[in-house]
Amino acid sequence: MLITKYVITSSESNILPSDIAMKIYGSKYDVVVKETCFGVVINGEEDVINALVKEIRALDPVGIFIKDRGFPPGDPRRCRGRRGGGARPGFYMIESESKILPMISRALAWEGDIPVVPEKKRPLPIGRLEEIIKEDLS
Amino acid sequence: MAKVIVYPPTSMILSDLVERMGHKALVVPEAVRNLVTANNIQSPPLNVTPEGPKKGLRYAAVDVPSGVRGRMSLIGPIIEESEAAIIVEDPGWLTGCSGCSRTNELVRLLIRTKGVPVLDLSYPTNDAEAKVFVQKIKAFLGGLK
Repeated sequence: MLITKYVITSSESNILPSDIAMKIYGSKYDVVVKETCFGVVINGEEDVINALVKEIRALDPVGIFIKDRGFPPGDPRRCRGRRGGGARPGFYMIESESKILPMISRALAWEGDIPVVPEKKRPLPIGRLEEIIKEDLS
Repeated sequence: MAKVIVYPPTSMILSDLVERMGHKALVVPEAVRNLVTANNIQSPPLNVTPEGPKKGLRYAAVDVPSGVRGRMSLIGPIIEESEAAIIVEDPGWLTGCSGCSRTNELVRLLIRTKGVPVLDLSYPTNDAEAKVFVQKIKAFLGGLK
């Protein structure tokens, strides 16, 4: 079965999308590659893609992220060239998550002690609010 | 190797971390792929047929908007398949197939009522939080069979 995956690079990674594309062009694998601004889209047989993904990840184990994609690369149903421009629907999620990729990369590479982070303030539980109201009204 | 559903179901970071730790991430693009690349597309271009919302009836009542039922026809079977879950609350940027708040509420509810191990997290906003985020996911996935 043909599958499609995104290979996305962290903005702090030394690997560029073009490096990944060149690596794939030079490999023995028979896959379709599309280079984009945030990484590459690869399409091919499932076992081929899975083997290729391992090799690509080895280029920068903490700076390269892989994600599944439903549509094949350049599919006219999603390609913005055919839809009159604008980002395709799934791009916004990638764009938003890309902003925190450098932090995730540094966290993956971190081998020291895990810092203690104070818990974020949460809204007052309903039960406690009810108690406060009853105390005030009694 | 456990099958782990991630929420948001289109998250790159979560699905990548799950696959990195040797488990299978259950994500929506896989369900979409089965639909749009099927050999016998019955309803081009996206192969969305009346059967989709009908499948969604297993998860949401008939008076629920068809958009919720349509989304549940993709996400519902994934939830049924899952053996564990990672939920990141309030991502704030859910769009596309994950952009329906009522569906998201239902998805989180179904995951929690399924009784599988669930890890609740928030997206990190600084390096210290990112380290805790990654460490918690590693520990959670390490504990799964």
